[in-house]
Amino acid sequence: MANYGTNEFKGGLKIMLDGDPHSIVSNEFVKPGKGQAFTRTRVRNLKTGRVVERTFKSGESVESADVMDTSMQYLYSDGEHWHFMNPETFEQLAADKTAVGDAALWLMDEAVCEVTLYNGQPLAVTPPNFVEMTIKETDPGLRGDTATGGTKPAHMETGAVVKVPLFIEEGERIKIDTRTGEYVSRVK
Amino acid sequence: MNWQPSASLASLREAARLRRSIRSWMERQQVLEVLTPSLSRAAATDPHVLSMATDDGRYLHTSPEFPMKRLLAAHACIAAQTHGDSVLPTQLQLPELSDCPDIYQIATVFRSEESGRFHNSEFTLLEWYRVGMDHLQLIEDMSSLLKHVWLAFDKPWPGLETRRYGEEVHRRLGLWPEQLDTGTIEQYFLAAGRSYPQAIADDVDAALDLFMDEFVMPEFAADAFTVLMDYPVSQSALARLGQDDDGRAVAQRFELYFGRTELANGFHELSDAAIQRERFEADLHKRDALDVARVPLDENLLQALETGLPDCAGVALGLERLHMAVAQHTHISEVISFDDQRA
Repeated sequence: MANYGTNEFKGGLKIMLDGDPHSIVSNEFVKPGKGQAFTRTRVRNLKTGRVVERTFKSGESVESADVMDTSMQYLYSDGEHWHFMNPETFEQLAADKTAVGDAALWLMDEAVCEVTLYNGQPLAVTPPNFVEMTIKETDPGLRGDTATGGTKPAHMETGAVVKVPLFIEEGERIKIDTRTGEYVSRVK
Repeated sequence: MNWQPSASLASLREAARLRRSIRSWMERQQVLEVLTPSLSRAAATDPHVLSMATDDGRYLHTSPEFPMKRLLAAHACIAAQTHGDSVLPTQLQLPELSDCPDIYQIATVFRSEESGRFHNSEFTLLEWYRVGMDHLQLIEDMSSLLKHVWLAFDKPWPGLETRRYGEEVHRRLGLWPEQLDTGTIEQYFLAAGRSYPQAIADDVDAALDLFMDEFVMPEFAADAFTVLMDYPVSQSALARLGQDDDGRAVAQRFELYFGRTELANGFHELSDAAIQRERFEADLHKRDALDVARVPLDENLLQALETGLPDCAGVALGLERLHMAVAQHTHISEVISFDDQRA
C-alpha cells in the first residue's frame, strides 16, 4: 500500500488512521519561522462520517486508504440492501443501511450515485446533487400565493419530507437539492 | 498552466508603497541599504530552516543574516583602526560608531518545503541591524517603523502588546519551559481534546512550538501587534542569553505577531564566536537526529565574530506578511505577483 507524506496532503485524499479509512477535508501548513513545521488537518472518518481534527508533524507519512469513488446506477432496494450497478461493467453491488445512510431518502429512478468503495465494498453512497420527485402528500395548495414566502411540509415517495412553498400541490413534480434537502423549483 | 498573476494590480501597488515607506523611514534613520549575495557556499544550520541547494554545490540563502553580520564586523574593524589600536571593534563608542553604520536589506530569500496560506518558498525579508542597540531598544525601533508604515497606508495604529514566552507557558502548564518534558505537554493537549502528533517523540521544542500555536497565539489580539519575548534558552538560535525580570535565564530574542501570524524574528545578536560554533554544531546534531541533511557551516561568519561583531541587535521581517496585515489580505498568493504555483 502506498504512503503519503504530509507535503502531499490535500482535500479529498484518502488515508488510513487508527485502522479506519478517512478523507482529508482540509489541511493547513503551520510553521514557526525557526521551529518545527506541522500540518493541521480536518479528516472525515468514512465509516462513521465523523469529522475530527488531526495534527501531523511535517515529514510524517501515513498509509493511503484503498478507497475509490465510482459512479453507479441505483437499481432497487430489497428492504435490507440497496442494489447498485456499474453502468460500464454491469457489475452489481449491494450496500447496507450503514453505507447508504440518509442517501436512502433520495434514491429512486435509476439515479446515478457516487458509491465510495473501501476494499471493494460500498462504504458510503452520495446521491446526485439534484433529484426530481413527485409529491405524495401535502396540504392543499394556496392558489396564487407566490409572494408570502411561507412553506409547508411535503412528503415524497421515498419518505423524504421537504419544505415546499404554499402554492405547490400534491402530485406535482419538484426539484430538490439533496445536499441541503431543500426545495429548488417546480418541474414542468 | 496559468500565466496570469496571483496578485491584483492594486495589490502590487500596495507592495510598492510598502517598500517605498520602508526605504523612506530607513533613509530618515540613516540606516544604510546594502545588498549581499543570495548564493553562498555555506548555509543556515537551523534544523527547521531548509536551504535549497544549487547544482554547483552552493545554497540559496534563507536570510541575509550571515553576510550582513560580516559587513558589520568589517565596518567595525575599520572604525576601530581609524580610532587607534586601543579600541576593540566590540567596544566601539560614539562617535566611532558613525564609521560603523546601521544597515538594512530587502532581500528575496528561499526556504524549501514551505508553502501554505502564509508561506511561499520564495519570499521577501526586510532585515536590519542597529549597532549599539539591544533587543528591547530594537523592539521600540521596529515599532516606530511599523507606525510609519501604517501612516503611509492611512491606517490607524492598531497597538502593540508585549508578552513573555515563559509566562505564557507557566500560566497554563504551571511550569517554566526549561522544566517541561513532552509528556506534560501531551497531557495538556489531551485534556483540552486537541490532537497531539506522536511523531514529536521527545522533542520538547517541537512540542512547545505546537503548544504556542494551539493555545497561546489564538489569544493574541486579532488585528493588533503582539511582541513575544524572553524565549527559552533552548530556542536561542543566534540570540544572546540574558535574564528575565525574575532572574531566570532566557534568550534575548523576540518575535512580532499580527493577530496570530508571525511577522518578524529579532535578536540581541550573539557575538561570541565560540558559543556560535557550539550552537552550529548542536544544530547539525539535531539535523542528524531528525534525518535532515547537514550543511556546511559559515566559517566566514565565525571568523568575522572572532574579529569582533559590534554590540548590535537585528531583526528579519517578512514583507509579504506585513503587506497582508496592513492591507487585509488573507492568502500570501494575493500579495505575490506569481506565487509558487505559477512561478
